[in-house]
Amino acid sequence: MQTAVEMRDITMSFGANEVLKGINLELEPGKVTAILGANGAGKSTLIKVLSGVYNGYGGTVIIDGAAVDIDHPTTARAHGIEAVHQKIADGIVPGLSVAENFLFEAIVNNEVSRAASLRSLMPRAREVASVLDLDWPDDLLRSDIYGLPIADQQMLLLARALVHEPRLLILDEPTSALSETEAARLFGVIRRLRNDGVAILYISHRLGEIEDIADRLLVLRDGIFVSDQGSPFDWAQALHAMLGAAEDDPHERTGELHGTETVLSLKGVQLLPKSAPFDLDFRAGEVTGVFGLLGSGGTELAHGIFGEERFRAGEMELKGERFDPKAPADAIARDVYMVPEDRVAGTIIKDWSIAMISTFPFLKDVSRLSVMNPMAEAKVGRSVIEEFGVVAQGAADPVISLSGGNQQKVVVGRWLRKQPTVMVLNEPFQGVDVGARHDLAEKTRDVAVAGSTVIVMSTDLEEIMQVSDRVIVLADGNLRHDAYLSETSREEILERLSEVE
Amino acid sequence: MSKTTTAKGEPMLVAKRSLDLRDLVVKYGFIAVTVLFFVYFAATIPAFRQSSTMFSMLKFTSVVAIAGLGLTMTMVVGGLDLSVGATAGMAVTVSAMTMVIYAQQGWVAFLAVILAGALIGAFNALLIVSFKIPDLLATLATMFLIQGLKLVPVDGQSVSSGLILRDGSVAPGKFTHGFLQINRGSLGPVPYPVVIFLVLAVVTWFFLSRTKWGRVMYAIGSNPEAARLAGARVGRYRAVAYMMSGVYAAVAGLILASRIGQGDISAGNSLLLDAVAVSLVGTSVLGVNKPNAFGTALGAILIGVLLTGTTMMNFPYYWQDVVKGLVLFVALIFSFTLSRKKQRFVAAVPL
Repeated sequence: MQTAVEMRDITMSFGANEVLKGINLELEPGKVTAILGANGAGKSTLIKVLSGVYNGYGGTVIIDGAAVDIDHPTTARAHGIEAVHQKIADGIVPGLSVAENFLFEAIVNNEVSRAASLRSLMPRAREVASVLDLDWPDDLLRSDIYGLPIADQQMLLLARALVHEPRLLILDEPTSALSETEAARLFGVIRRLRNDGVAILYISHRLGEIEDIADRLLVLRDGIFVSDQGSPFDWAQALHAMLGAAEDDPHERTGELHGTETVLSLKGVQLLPKSAPFDLDFRAGEVTGVFGLLGSGGTELAHGIFGEERFRAGEMELKGERFDPKAPADAIARDVYMVPEDRVAGTIIKDWSIAMISTFPFLKDVSRLSVMNPMAEAKVGRSVIEEFGVVAQGAADPVISLSGGNQQKVVVGRWLRKQPTVMVLNEPFQGVDVGARHDLAEKTRDVAVAGSTVIVMSTDLEEIMQVSDRVIVLADGNLRHDAYLSETSREEILERLSEVE
Repeated sequence: MSKTTTAKGEPMLVAKRSLDLRDLVVKYGFIAVTVLFFVYFAATIPAFRQSSTMFSMLKFTSVVAIAGLGLTMTMVVGGLDLSVGATAGMAVTVSAMTMVIYAQQGWVAFLAVILAGALIGAFNALLIVSFKIPDLLATLATMFLIQGLKLVPVDGQSVSSGLILRDGSVAPGKFTHGFLQINRGSLGPVPYPVVIFLVLAVVTWFFLSRTKWGRVMYAIGSNPEAARLAGARVGRYRAVAYMMSGVYAAVAGLILASRIGQGDISAGNSLLLDAVAVSLVGTSVLGVNKPNAFGTALGAILIGVLLTGTTMMNFPYYWQDVVKGLVLFVALIFSFTLSRKKQRFVAAVPL
């Protein structure tokens, strides 16, 4: 069979750092090829080379038997390579209507006048939408893109890529912002494209997705492919190749933890406008996983506990005393900490080093009479790097130079090292590779063993089952299930989630 | 296809060296430019070499520099205080009113002005933090408000001794000797305004770059959400920044009032843009690419050197703005064009 795109000996370096060390890959039409790799393995670089974002790579890209030089995104597009990048926000232009976003490339290339009335754009926008059978009403097309749910924004970007009828479609973590139902919808589209003969390169951290959708699985490690298998996949082999060691269950070391002392009590708490109030106790010495789909109230719960936003109704008690934080600072003062769901927007400060990010919430620890002590600060930075296995050269490294998983280790580690009373982790594993996820899960369980009350929110059941002892299921803001893992099952959890009241 | 074969090896080394040179230029270029001009003027203009010229230059610069230092603090928390010029102007009128119309002592005028500056800062903070009005817009409104309000009690006139008041009587007081000493006096050879400027520069530098409060303020300017989620009381810090800016502008106004020796109603009018300019110039010093006290002080001194030098070389007065504009251009090129900070952001995140 003819290949859609072939890569031969592709290399790419940033300064002295060789990120791709000789990639050989033939992508066949009508097949979904998945790439798995730890953070820093070179996945994003590979995608950016193929889609023309980075030029100056070494080696050859061959299309239709001829070598081509992909030096710009437009060249990639001309050769039929389309990429949908991980961050949906990067592709969406806020302030423009949905229709204008559909036609964004045409507007940029002056094929459509920027001054054209919205009405005159509608037929062409509908044309683009029809590629994916997005039968959106005119009202929606006219409305501001900002109001569009994130899953639909993802569909819009996909439609925009598909309108060029690519030979190769690259999807980088396409489900990272989607709920399970939304992801299922995306998979339907991917299967259809595969049947139409499009070659698909699929990057994901989620093993279940790759199992579902991929025909071939490649494992990238340190800039080179270390495993190549056809479906059905041998996961133990793939994970071993990816991490250099078999992944073990974080529960193995500790067993299922059952806390006895109630630390945080919610009384009559109402999460969403129409949801029912409920009581809920969180106990020290165990990890409570809060599972629910996007918009089911998990984020509201995390925000309420951390004082970011008040609950609609109800109150809290911490260690038997009234707890009513009006700002995160109030919660932190009582050793109630939270890692927010959006790492970049909620924790990262540009130009700051690992040491600075690590010490930021507790500057008192590294200052004397309010004067900063750089030595003490570097020491904290180094201890976070060591304790949490952050891959970095030193505590002075800028935190944005780290891969997503390592950034997350820093922002989780800075709280965990203080042995919190209550630790809330909201989607701590998003955009984090399997290896880092495992490390983080172990550290999280360690602080629970040491006596912290740990609460983990996630929309991914695998993650919840990996890290938790006890599972809470939320749906539409209502409490649906509360049980230890050993007393319940995946099936029961999903059943409770889908119950209609 | 050279591209496909030469991504490694030689060309990389060449590229690396040129980038290092660029780093060097970005980091020390600005200081080098300041020194170069200084040496050039000192070599070509005999009068420039005298220490009295040096001090009068610094004295002349101090007003802008002090207002710029306050403004820098609001820039650090991600804002910009457009009311500094008006606040300084208000300080001139308030000093004159206190001493000339109410016949009070110099220290009363001093306290009244500092208090008024802090109140203006607090008012800005109220608009920005509590009413959630964007910084630029809130302080713009404040600027107009105080420019107008300061004229109400003086019926729009400049206040000087012998002013005829509304009821026909003559204003009883005058600028006190002590108050005038703020500008005229000196500590050894160093004029008081220069002493005040240098002390405030060191204090501000220390506060911003060596204390935990400064650390939090930079965090707020860079990512207020991350600062809040790490437990910073963002509103309070921003309020403090604006109050400090108000007080600094009031101090600048005190020096100005002492220099003019009367309640000139147009005083402080050009101060805002000059203060913004020196603060912006300051962001490029040492390649830090963020507002900082050392940079602001050095930016003010460079502009002072250039204005003094060009004036002594008999350039007409209207060249002064051209000089300021050029300095700002060069500084912005250091910050935006030559700095690698943004590119580093992309290249260092291969994943």
